Amino acid sequence: MNSPRIVEVRKNILKQNDEIAHALRGRFEEAGVFVVNLVSSPGSGKTAFLESTLTKLRTDFRVAALVGDLATENDAIRLARSQVPVRQIITGTVCHLEAAMIERNLKDWNLHELDFLFVENVGNLVCPSSYDLGENLRVVLMSVTEGEDKPLKYPTIVNSADVAVITKTDLADAVEFDWPVAAKNLRAVRPGIEILQVSAKSGSGMDAWLQFITSQRRDVVEHLVWHS
Amino acid sequence: MHELSIAMSILDMAEEECGRRGAEVEAIHVKLGALSGVLKEALLSAYDLARTETTLPAAQLIIEEVPVMIFCPRCQAPRSVPSIQHLCCSECETPSSEILQGRELQVVALELRS
Repeated sequence: MNSPRIVEVRKNILKQNDEIAHALRGRFEEAGVFVVNLVSSPGSGKTAFLESTLTKLRTDFRVAALVGDLATENDAIRLARSQVPVRQIITGTVCHLEAAMIERNLKDWNLHELDFLFVENVGNLVCPSSYDLGENLRVVLMSVTEGEDKPLKYPTIVNSADVAVITKTDLADAVEFDWPVAAKNLRAVRPGIEILQVSAKSGSGMDAWLQFITSQRRDVVEHLVWHS
Repeated sequence: MHELSIAMSILDMAEEECGRRGAEVEAIHVKLGALSGVLKEALLSAYDLARTETTLPAAQLIIEEVPVMIFCPRCQAPRSVPSIQHLCCSECETPSSEILQGRELQVVALELRS
């Protein structure tokens, strides 16, 4: 019998996802919509944070959201209170969102009529890190109740994020949250990462967050205008 | 547990290649970066499960783990890191987020027998 021969392949395993994400990024860019992917563990306050963000942002911008969940439509029902277009993506057994799910669920939405699109990923700090959704900004959320060492336990997702938002700051004193240690851990895993602190409940820090994303969007959109 | 869908993608790629080349796949070589978000053990178990459903039930999965390397702005050189919890230069401890390797999730080669 012949000995086996080795052929080089060099293909990214997530090539299919990356290609769809790349095409989505092109569509978002062309339409001038800024896309934010929110990732966190279950129960970190993503939905409350997003509801507050959508409600505040919709006075000046055209916003919409896609929300991923394994089984229920509860998040979409909650977010509908913000009176912006919201669509639930039920993933079934899939523990993360993939670019194809975003593409499929955008369906009839006219991206040219949007300034911001928020994607709330499935609550999971492991799997979503590998999947590009074509977003402009990946935000990792971490609540004060989860403890300061969360970044060290899930370095991969923190490393893939552009900004970290610490949520439920109204509970920080009650759980004796150690801010310097949390910041140190986040920056050990992702040197230089911007860290914001918010409480969706009290509203504290929300203005700084909104300013941050609107300026990020402005940079992207102005960059496009300048190049066109 | 996204390792199962990763394993299925690997097998899809190998099946496509072996169909194109008309050969049998003996082994699939994969590079797995420490920051890829995929665990070697979980991928191997998922792969064992997934391959029974394919035309390549005998193909072995050979995983090469790729450590993280950063570019150290102070040493002006590629450097290893103490751990993925601590992305800094292993020589001078300067933090760096310029990652040179460690995100790989790639099929690099196939061992074929015709």
